[in-house]
Amino acid sequence: MSFRGKDVLCIMDFTRNDLERLFRIASSKFEGDELRGRVIAMAFFEPSTRTRLSFETATLRLGGGYIGFDAVQATSVAKGESFSDTIRMLDAYADAIVVRHSLEGAAKLAAELADSPVINAGDGSKRHPTQAMIDLYTIWKEKRGIDNLTYGVLGDLRYGRAAGSFLRALNIYSPKKVYLIAPESLRPREELLDSLKMSWEFADLSEVLPELDVLYVTRIQKERFPDPAEYERVKGSYRIDASLLRDAKSSMIILHPLPRVDEIALDVDSTPHALYFKQAANGIPLRMALLREVVP
Amino acid sequence: MNAEDKLVVRRISNGTVIDHIPAGRALRVLGILGITGDEGYTVALVMNVHSGKLGKKDIVKVEGRELSKEEVDKIALVAPTATINIVRDYEVVEKRRVELPGMIEGIVRCVNPKCVTNAPREAAKPRFRVISREPLKLVCEYCSEYLSEDEIIAQLAGS
Ligand SMILES: [Zn+2]
Repeated sequence: MSFRGKDVLCIMDFTRNDLERLFRIASSKFEGDELRGRVIAMAFFEPSTRTRLSFETATLRLGGGYIGFDAVQATSVAKGESFSDTIRMLDAYADAIVVRHSLEGAAKLAAELADSPVINAGDGSKRHPTQAMIDLYTIWKEKRGIDNLTYGVLGDLRYGRAAGSFLRALNIYSPKKVYLIAPESLRPREELLDSLKMSWEFADLSEVLPELDVLYVTRIQKERFPDPAEYERVKGSYRIDASLLRDAKSSMIILHPLPRVDEIALDVDSTPHALYFKQAANGIPLRMALLREVVP
Repeated sequence: MNAEDKLVVRRISNGTVIDHIPAGRALRVLGILGITGDEGYTVALVMNVHSGKLGKKDIVKVEGRELSKEEVDKIALVAPTATINIVRDYEVVEKRRVELPGMIEGIVRCVNPKCVTNAPREAAKPRFRVISREPLKLVCEYCSEYLSEDEIIAQLAGS
Protein backbone atom coordinates (compact mmCIF):
# COMPACT_ATOMS: atom_id res chain seq x y z
CA MET A 1 0.00 0.00 0.00
CA SER A 2 1.27 3.46 -0.83
CA PHE A 3 1.55 6.00 1.92
CA ARG A 4 1.95 9.03 -0.28
CA GLY A 5 0.25 11.92 1.48
CA LYS A 6 -0.53 9.78 4.51
CA ASP A 7 -0.02 11.08 8.05
CA VAL A 8 2.54 9.33 10.25
CA LEU A 9 0.98 9.54 13.71
CA CYS A 10 1.39 6.20 15.45
CA ILE A 11 3.57 3.21 14.65
CA MET A 12 0.51 0.96 14.99
CA ASP A 13 -0.98 2.54 11.86
CA PHE A 14 1.66 0.70 9.83
CA THR A 15 1.64 -2.91 8.68
CA ARG A 16 4.53 -5.33 8.39
CA ASN A 17 4.49 -4.81 4.64
CA ASP A 18 4.63 -1.02 4.96
CA LEU A 19 7.62 -1.26 7.28
CA GLU A 20 9.34 -3.92 5.21
CA ARG A 21 9.12 -1.63 2.21
CA LEU A 22 10.57 1.29 4.16
CA PHE A 23 13.40 -0.85 5.49
CA ARG A 24 14.27 -2.08 1.98
CA ILE A 25 14.38 1.47 0.65
CA ALA A 26 16.42 2.67 3.63
CA SER A 27 18.97 -0.12 3.25
CA SER A 28 19.34 0.35 -0.50
CA LYS A 29 21.66 3.33 0.08
CA PHE A 30 19.59 5.28 -2.40
CA GLU A 31 20.40 8.83 -3.28
CA GLY A 32 18.05 11.09 -5.08
CA ASP A 33 16.41 14.42 -5.41
CA GLU A 34 12.83 13.32 -4.86
CA LEU A 35 12.24 16.33 -2.64
CA ARG A 36 13.61 18.91 -5.10
CA GLY A 37 11.32 21.91 -5.04
CA ARG A 38 9.58 20.64 -1.92
CA VAL A 39 9.46 22.46 1.40
CA ILE A 40 9.17 20.57 4.67
CA ALA A 41 8.05 22.44 7.81
CA MET A 42 9.90 21.50 10.99
CA ALA A 43 7.55 22.54 13.78
CA PHE A 44 9.42 21.77 16.99
CA PHE A 45 7.39 23.14 19.87
CA GLU A 46 9.50 21.13 22.29
CA PRO A 47 13.30 20.95 22.35
CA SER A 48 14.84 18.08 20.43
CA THR A 49 18.00 19.01 18.59
CA ARG A 50 18.74 15.41 17.63
CA THR A 51 15.43 14.56 16.00
CA ARG A 52 15.22 17.96 14.29
CA LEU A 53 18.72 17.74 12.80
CA SER A 54 17.97 14.22 11.63
CA PHE A 55 14.82 15.31 9.78
CA GLU A 56 16.61 18.37 8.35
CA THR A 57 19.51 16.26 7.13
CA ALA A 58 17.19 13.70 5.54
CA THR A 59 15.35 16.54 3.76
CA LEU A 60 18.54 18.15 2.46
CA ARG A 61 19.93 14.81 1.26
CA LEU A 62 16.83 14.37 -0.88
CA GLY A 63 17.29 17.80 -2.42
CA GLY A 64 14.48 19.41 -0.46
CA GLY A 65 14.36 22.56 1.62
CA TYR A 66 12.93 23.20 5.02
CA ILE A 67 11.49 25.97 7.13
CA GLY A 68 10.69 25.87 10.79
CA PHE A 69 11.57 26.68 14.33
CA ASP A 70 12.78 25.14 17.56
CA ALA A 71 11.15 25.37 20.95
CA VAL A 72 12.76 28.69 21.87
CA GLN A 73 11.75 30.31 18.59
CA ALA A 74 8.31 28.69 18.75
CA THR A 75 7.20 31.03 21.51
CA SER A 76 8.15 34.10 19.49
CA VAL A 77 6.85 32.69 16.19
CA ALA A 78 3.56 32.04 17.85
CA LYS A 79 3.35 35.28 19.88
CA GLY A 80 0.42 33.85 21.74
CA GLU A 81 -0.99 32.19 18.64
CA SER A 82 -2.53 28.78 19.27
CA PHE A 83 -0.89 25.59 18.09
CA SER A 84 -3.85 25.03 15.78
CA ASP A 85 -3.38 28.38 14.04
CA THR A 86 0.38 27.88 13.66
CA ILE A 87 -0.28 24.52 12.00
CA ARG A 88 -2.82 26.09 9.61
CA MET A 89 -0.19 28.66 8.63
CA LEU A 90 2.54 26.05 8.05
CA ASP A 91 0.08 23.98 6.04
CA ALA A 92 -0.19 26.85 3.60
CA TYR A 93 3.60 27.10 3.26
CA ALA A 94 4.87 23.53 3.19
CA ASP A 95 4.38 20.16 1.48
CA ALA A 96 4.64 18.23 4.75
CA ILE A 97 4.81 19.14 8.43
CA VAL A 98 7.05 17.46 10.99
CA VAL A 99 5.63 18.09 14.49
CA ARG A 100 7.15 17.75 17.92
CA HIS A 101 5.04 18.84 20.89
CA SER A 102 4.76 18.19 24.62
CA LEU A 103 0.99 17.64 24.49
CA GLU A 104 -0.40 14.17 23.81
CA GLY A 105 -2.35 14.00 20.59
CA ALA A 106 -0.91 17.25 19.20
CA ALA A 107 0.19 15.49 16.01
CA LYS A 108 -3.26 13.99 15.51
CA LEU A 109 -4.84 17.40 15.93
CA ALA A 110 -2.35 18.84 13.42
CA ALA A 111 -3.26 16.09 10.95
CA GLU A 112 -6.95 16.93 11.30
CA LEU A 113 -6.25 20.60 10.57
CA ALA A 114 -3.68 20.28 7.78
CA ASP A 115 -4.14 19.05 4.21
CA SER A 116 -0.41 18.28 3.97
CA PRO A 117 0.80 15.06 5.57
CA VAL A 118 1.86 15.40 9.20
CA ILE A 119 4.75 13.39 10.60
CA ASN A 120 4.76 12.94 14.36
CA ALA A 121 8.29 13.55 15.65
CA GLY A 122 7.17 12.86 19.21
CA ASP A 123 4.08 14.15 21.02
CA GLY A 124 3.45 13.80 24.74
CA SER A 125 4.90 10.80 26.49
CA LYS A 126 3.47 8.02 24.37
CA ARG A 127 4.14 8.32 20.69
CA HIS A 128 7.29 8.68 18.62
CA PRO A 129 6.65 6.56 15.52
CA THR A 130 9.77 7.46 13.51
CA GLN A 131 11.97 6.50 16.47
CA ALA A 132 10.16 3.16 16.60
CA MET A 133 10.76 2.70 12.87
CA ILE A 134 14.47 3.34 13.39
CA ASP A 135 14.55 0.87 16.28
CA LEU A 136 12.81 -1.82 14.22
CA TYR A 137 14.98 -1.09 11.20
CA THR A 138 18.14 -1.52 13.30
CA ILE A 139 16.93 -4.91 14.57
CA TRP A 140 15.78 -5.95 11.09
CA LYS A 141 19.24 -5.20 9.70
CA GLU A 142 21.25 -6.76 12.51
CA LYS A 143 19.11 -9.79 13.24
CA ARG A 144 17.68 -10.27 9.73
CA GLY A 145 14.20 -10.15 11.19
CA ILE A 146 12.14 -8.99 14.13
CA ASP A 147 9.98 -12.06 14.90
CA ASN A 148 10.84 -14.86 17.33
CA LEU A 149 13.36 -12.87 19.33
CA THR A 150 13.40 -12.33 23.08
CA TYR A 151 13.33 -8.69 24.06
CA GLY A 152 14.09 -6.82 27.26
CA VAL A 153 12.74 -3.27 27.46
CA LEU A 154 14.33 -1.42 30.35
CA GLY A 155 13.94 1.94 32.05
CA ASP A 156 11.10 4.42 32.12
CA LEU A 157 8.25 2.54 30.45
CA ARG A 158 5.63 4.97 31.74
CA TYR A 159 6.71 8.44 30.71
CA GLY A 160 9.38 7.58 28.14
CA ARG A 161 7.88 8.00 24.69
CA ALA A 162 10.56 5.96 22.93
CA ALA A 163 10.02 2.87 25.11
CA GLY A 164 6.24 3.11 24.76
CA SER A 165 6.47 3.48 20.99
CA PHE A 166 8.89 0.57 20.78
CA LEU A 167 6.49 -1.66 22.73
CA ARG A 168 3.59 -0.69 20.47
CA ALA A 169 5.83 -1.37 17.48
CA LEU A 170 6.57 -4.91 18.65
CA ASN A 171 2.82 -5.54 18.46
CA ILE A 172 3.14 -5.52 14.69
CA TYR A 173 5.50 -8.51 14.87
CA SER A 174 5.62 -11.80 16.76
CA PRO A 175 8.33 -11.59 19.39
CA LYS A 176 9.03 -14.80 21.27
CA LYS A 177 8.86 -12.98 24.59
CA VAL A 178 9.07 -9.42 25.89
CA TYR A 179 10.38 -8.71 29.38
CA LEU A 180 9.45 -5.37 30.92
CA ILE A 181 12.22 -4.25 33.26
CA ALA A 182 11.22 -1.15 35.21
CA PRO A 183 10.74 0.10 38.76
CA GLU A 184 7.15 -0.34 39.86
CA SER A 185 6.30 3.36 39.57
CA LEU A 186 7.60 3.49 35.98
CA ARG A 187 5.80 0.43 34.62
CA PRO A 188 3.66 1.03 31.51
CA ARG A 189 0.18 2.44 31.83
CA GLU A 190 -2.77 0.06 31.89
CA GLU A 191 -3.88 1.03 28.39
CA LEU A 192 -0.46 0.23 26.92
CA LEU A 193 -0.29 -3.13 28.72
CA ASP A 194 -3.83 -3.93 27.52
CA SER A 195 -2.77 -3.26 23.95
CA LEU A 196 0.19 -5.67 24.00
CA LYS A 197 -0.64 -8.77 21.98
CA MET A 198 2.58 -10.69 22.57
CA SER A 199 3.65 -12.74 25.57
CA TRP A 200 5.18 -10.39 28.14
CA GLU A 201 6.05 -10.27 31.81
CA PHE A 202 7.72 -8.02 34.35
CA ALA A 203 11.22 -9.18 35.20
CA ASP A 204 14.54 -8.33 36.81
CA LEU A 205 17.38 -7.74 34.40
CA SER A 206 19.79 -10.13 36.12
CA GLU A 207 17.30 -13.00 35.86
CA VAL A 208 16.45 -12.68 32.18
CA LEU A 209 19.65 -11.23 30.72
CA PRO A 210 21.02 -14.60 29.48
CA GLU A 211 17.82 -15.12 27.42
CA LEU A 212 17.77 -11.77 25.66
CA ASP A 213 18.44 -11.17 21.97
CA VAL A 214 17.69 -7.44 22.17
CA LEU A 215 17.98 -5.15 25.19
CA TYR A 216 16.27 -1.78 24.71
CA VAL A 217 17.52 0.70 27.30
CA THR A 218 15.95 4.05 28.19
CA ARG A 219 16.83 6.60 30.78
CA ILE A 220 15.23 6.74 34.22
CA GLN A 221 14.96 10.35 35.28
CA LYS A 222 15.36 11.27 38.91
CA GLU A 223 12.50 13.78 38.64
CA ARG A 224 10.05 10.92 38.06
CA PHE A 225 10.47 9.81 41.65
CA PRO A 226 8.55 11.73 44.32
CA ASP A 227 11.02 10.33 46.86
CA PRO A 228 14.71 10.85 45.91
CA ALA A 229 15.70 8.03 48.26
CA GLU A 230 13.63 5.64 46.16
CA TYR A 231 15.56 6.72 43.06
CA GLU A 232 18.89 6.13 44.81
CA ARG A 233 17.69 2.70 45.88
CA VAL A 234 16.61 1.48 42.42
CA LYS A 235 18.97 3.20 40.00
CA GLY A 236 21.73 0.58 40.30
CA SER A 237 19.40 -2.12 38.99
CA TYR A 238 18.87 -0.24 35.73
CA ARG A 239 22.47 0.54 34.84
CA ILE A 240 24.34 -1.50 32.23
CA ASP A 241 28.10 -1.98 32.27
CA ALA A 242 30.54 -4.36 30.59
CA SER A 243 30.92 -6.66 33.58
CA LEU A 244 27.16 -7.20 33.76
CA LEU A 245 27.14 -8.20 30.09
CA ARG A 246 29.31 -11.27 30.71
CA ASP A 247 26.05 -13.12 31.35
CA ALA A 248 24.51 -12.04 28.04
CA LYS A 249 24.46 -13.95 24.76
CA SER A 250 27.38 -12.85 22.60
CA SER A 251 24.87 -11.92 19.88
CA MET A 252 22.69 -9.77 22.15
CA ILE A 253 22.37 -6.20 20.92
CA ILE A 254 21.74 -3.11 23.04
CA LEU A 255 19.61 -0.30 21.66
CA HIS A 256 19.07 3.14 23.17
CA PRO A 257 17.16 6.07 21.62
CA LEU A 258 19.87 8.49 22.90
CA PRO A 259 20.88 10.76 24.43
CA ARG A 260 22.11 8.58 27.27
CA VAL A 261 23.32 9.87 30.59
CA ASP A 262 24.79 7.15 32.78
CA GLU A 263 22.40 4.25 32.25
CA ILE A 264 24.92 2.66 29.87
CA ALA A 265 28.53 2.82 31.07
CA LEU A 266 31.18 3.97 28.60
CA ASP A 267 32.90 0.58 28.76
CA VAL A 268 29.91 -0.93 26.92
CA ASP A 269 30.57 1.21 23.84
CA SER A 270 33.48 -0.91 22.66
CA THR A 271 31.65 -4.23 23.09
CA PRO A 272 29.91 -5.89 20.12
CA HIS A 273 26.63 -5.48 22.00
CA ALA A 274 26.60 -1.71 21.55
CA LEU A 275 24.32 -0.91 18.62
CA TYR A 276 23.06 2.49 19.73
CA PHE A 277 25.39 4.61 17.63
CA LYS A 278 24.54 2.57 14.53
CA GLN A 279 20.88 2.93 15.52
CA ALA A 280 21.27 6.73 15.65
CA ALA A 281 22.99 6.73 12.26
CA ASN A 282 20.11 4.63 10.83
CA GLY A 283 17.87 7.59 11.55
CA ILE A 284 18.99 9.35 8.36
CA PRO A 285 18.32 6.64 5.73
CA LEU A 286 15.12 5.62 7.48
CA ARG A 287 13.76 9.18 7.60
CA MET A 288 14.89 9.72 4.00
CA ALA A 289 12.92 6.64 2.98
CA LEU A 290 9.89 7.83 4.93
CA LEU A 291 9.97 11.36 3.48
CA ARG A 292 10.41 9.96 -0.02
CA GLU A 293 7.33 7.77 0.41
CA VAL A 294 5.11 10.25 2.25
CA VAL A 295 5.73 13.71 0.74
CA PRO A 296 3.38 14.28 -2.19
CA MET B 1 -45.56 1.32 32.07
CA ASN B 2 -46.81 -1.70 33.91
CA ALA B 3 -49.43 -1.76 36.63
CA GLU B 4 -46.90 -1.83 39.42
CA ASP B 5 -45.33 1.47 38.33
CA LYS B 6 -48.72 3.11 38.41
CA LEU B 7 -49.17 1.96 41.96
CA VAL B 8 -45.87 3.40 43.09
CA VAL B 9 -46.18 6.84 41.58
CA ARG B 10 -49.19 8.45 40.00
CA ARG B 11 -49.04 9.42 36.33
CA ILE B 12 -47.67 12.83 35.44
CA SER B 13 -49.55 15.31 33.31
CA ASN B 14 -46.71 16.93 31.35
CA GLY B 15 -43.03 16.11 31.40
CA THR B 16 -40.67 13.19 31.07
CA VAL B 17 -40.60 9.67 32.41
CA ILE B 18 -37.21 8.02 32.30
CA ASP B 19 -37.83 4.31 32.66
CA HIS B 20 -35.63 1.18 32.72
CA ILE B 21 -32.75 2.92 34.46
CA PRO B 22 -30.34 0.28 35.82
CA ALA B 23 -31.21 -0.24 39.49
CA GLY B 24 -29.54 2.24 41.82
CA ARG B 25 -28.65 4.83 39.19
CA ALA B 26 -31.65 7.15 39.39
CA LEU B 27 -29.75 9.69 41.51
CA ARG B 28 -26.98 9.83 38.92
CA VAL B 29 -29.55 10.51 36.22
CA LEU B 30 -30.96 13.37 38.30
CA GLY B 31 -27.40 14.63 38.80
CA ILE B 32 -26.85 14.68 35.05
CA LEU B 33 -30.07 16.61 34.54
CA GLY B 34 -28.87 19.09 37.15
CA ILE B 35 -31.99 18.54 39.23
CA THR B 36 -31.23 19.20 42.86
CA GLY B 37 -34.76 19.84 44.11
CA ASP B 38 -34.31 23.62 44.29
CA GLU B 39 -35.67 24.14 40.78
CA GLY B 40 -39.25 23.58 41.85
CA TYR B 41 -39.99 20.69 39.48
CA THR B 42 -42.23 17.96 40.80
CA VAL B 43 -39.94 14.95 40.72
CA ALA B 44 -40.75 11.33 41.49
CA LEU B 45 -38.00 8.87 41.99
CA VAL B 46 -38.52 5.13 42.22
CA MET B 47 -35.62 2.88 42.98
CA ASN B 48 -35.20 -0.88 42.84
CA VAL B 49 -38.66 -1.77 41.59
CA HIS B 50 -39.29 -5.10 39.89
CA SER B 51 -38.78 -5.18 36.13
CA GLY B 52 -39.23 -8.11 33.81
CA LYS B 53 -36.35 -7.12 31.57
CA LEU B 54 -33.78 -5.87 34.05
CA GLY B 55 -34.69 -7.73 37.24
CA LYS B 56 -34.75 -4.45 39.10
CA LYS B 57 -34.84 -0.95 37.76
CA ASP B 58 -35.16 2.70 38.70
CA ILE B 59 -37.63 5.21 37.28
CA VAL B 60 -37.46 9.01 37.29
CA LYS B 61 -40.45 11.21 36.53
CA VAL B 62 -40.04 14.94 36.10
CA GLU B 63 -43.14 17.09 35.80
CA GLY B 64 -42.93 20.04 33.41
CA ARG B 65 -39.56 19.26 31.92
CA GLU B 66 -38.56 17.76 28.54
CA LEU B 67 -35.01 16.69 27.77
CA SER B 68 -32.56 18.12 25.25
CA LYS B 69 -30.61 15.85 22.93
CA GLU B 70 -27.45 16.56 24.90
CA GLU B 71 -29.12 15.43 28.11
CA VAL B 72 -30.33 12.25 26.45
CA ASP B 73 -26.78 11.55 25.21
CA LYS B 74 -25.43 12.02 28.72
CA ILE B 75 -28.04 9.70 30.20
CA ALA B 76 -26.97 7.08 27.67
CA LEU B 77 -23.55 7.02 29.32
CA VAL B 78 -24.78 6.10 32.81
CA ALA B 79 -28.07 4.40 31.97
CA PRO B 80 -27.73 2.78 28.53
CA THR B 81 -30.90 0.69 29.01
CA ALA B 82 -33.11 3.71 29.74
CA THR B 83 -36.20 4.61 27.77
CA ILE B 84 -37.48 8.16 27.66
CA ASN B 85 -41.18 8.90 27.50
CA ILE B 86 -42.37 12.40 26.77
CA VAL B 87 -45.77 12.97 28.34
CA ARG B 88 -48.29 15.62 27.35
CA ASP B 89 -51.79 15.68 28.83
CA TYR B 90 -51.23 12.35 30.57
CA GLU B 91 -50.44 10.67 27.23
CA VAL B 92 -47.05 9.35 26.15
CA VAL B 93 -46.56 11.31 22.91
CA GLU B 94 -43.03 10.15 22.22
CA LYS B 95 -41.00 7.15 23.30
CA ARG B 96 -37.25 7.21 22.81
CA ARG B 97 -34.58 4.70 23.57
CA VAL B 98 -31.29 6.20 24.63
CA GLU B 99 -28.42 5.04 22.51
CA LEU B 100 -24.80 4.66 23.47
CA PRO B 101 -22.91 5.40 20.26
CA GLY B 102 -19.51 3.86 19.48
CA MET B 103 -17.96 7.32 19.59
CA ILE B 104 -18.63 9.95 22.24
CA GLU B 105 -17.86 13.54 21.32
CA GLY B 106 -17.76 16.60 23.53
CA ILE B 107 -19.78 15.30 26.49
CA VAL B 108 -16.92 14.38 28.82
CA ARG B 109 -13.36 15.64 29.23
CA CYS B 110 -10.14 13.66 29.01
CA VAL B 111 -8.58 13.07 32.44
CA ASN B 112 -5.03 13.43 31.10
CA PRO B 113 -3.91 17.01 31.85
CA LYS B 114 -1.33 16.75 29.05
CA CYS B 115 -3.94 15.78 26.45
CA VAL B 116 -4.26 18.28 23.59
CA THR B 117 -8.06 18.30 24.13
CA ASN B 118 -7.44 19.98 27.50
CA ALA B 119 -5.32 22.77 26.02
CA PRO B 120 -7.11 26.10 26.03
CA ARG B 121 -7.77 27.73 22.65
CA GLU B 122 -6.97 24.62 20.59
CA ALA B 123 -9.29 23.16 17.98
CA ALA B 124 -9.48 19.67 19.47
CA LYS B 125 -12.85 18.59 20.82
CA PRO B 126 -12.64 15.67 23.27
CA ARG B 127 -13.54 12.46 21.44
CA PHE B 128 -13.68 8.97 22.90
CA ARG B 129 -14.18 5.47 21.58
CA VAL B 130 -16.36 3.14 23.67
CA ILE B 131 -14.25 0.06 24.42
CA SER B 132 -16.52 -1.49 27.07
CA ARG B 133 -20.22 -0.97 27.76
CA GLU B 134 -20.53 -2.82 31.05
CA PRO B 135 -18.77 -1.39 32.96
CA LEU B 136 -18.50 1.66 30.76
CA LYS B 137 -14.95 2.39 29.62
CA LEU B 138 -13.86 4.98 27.06
CA VAL B 139 -10.51 5.63 25.44
CA CYS B 140 -9.40 9.09 24.30
CA GLU B 141 -8.93 9.30 20.53
CA TYR B 142 -6.08 11.79 20.94
CA CYS B 143 -3.99 10.48 23.83
CA SER B 144 -5.30 6.90 24.39
CA GLU B 145 -5.97 7.52 28.06
CA TYR B 146 -8.81 5.49 29.61
CA LEU B 147 -11.88 7.12 31.10
CA SER B 148 -13.63 4.90 33.66
CA GLU B 149 -17.33 4.81 34.53
CA ASP B 150 -16.64 6.39 37.94
CA GLU B 151 -14.78 9.28 36.33
CA ILE B 152 -17.54 9.75 33.76
CA ILE B 153 -20.24 9.84 36.44
CA ALA B 154 -18.22 12.24 38.58
CA GLN B 155 -17.81 14.58 35.59
CA LEU B 156 -21.41 14.43 34.45
CA ALA B 157 -22.80 14.97 37.92
CA GLY B 158 -20.41 17.86 38.48
CA SER B 159 -21.17 19.67 35.24
ZN1 LIG C 1 -6.90 12.58 25.92
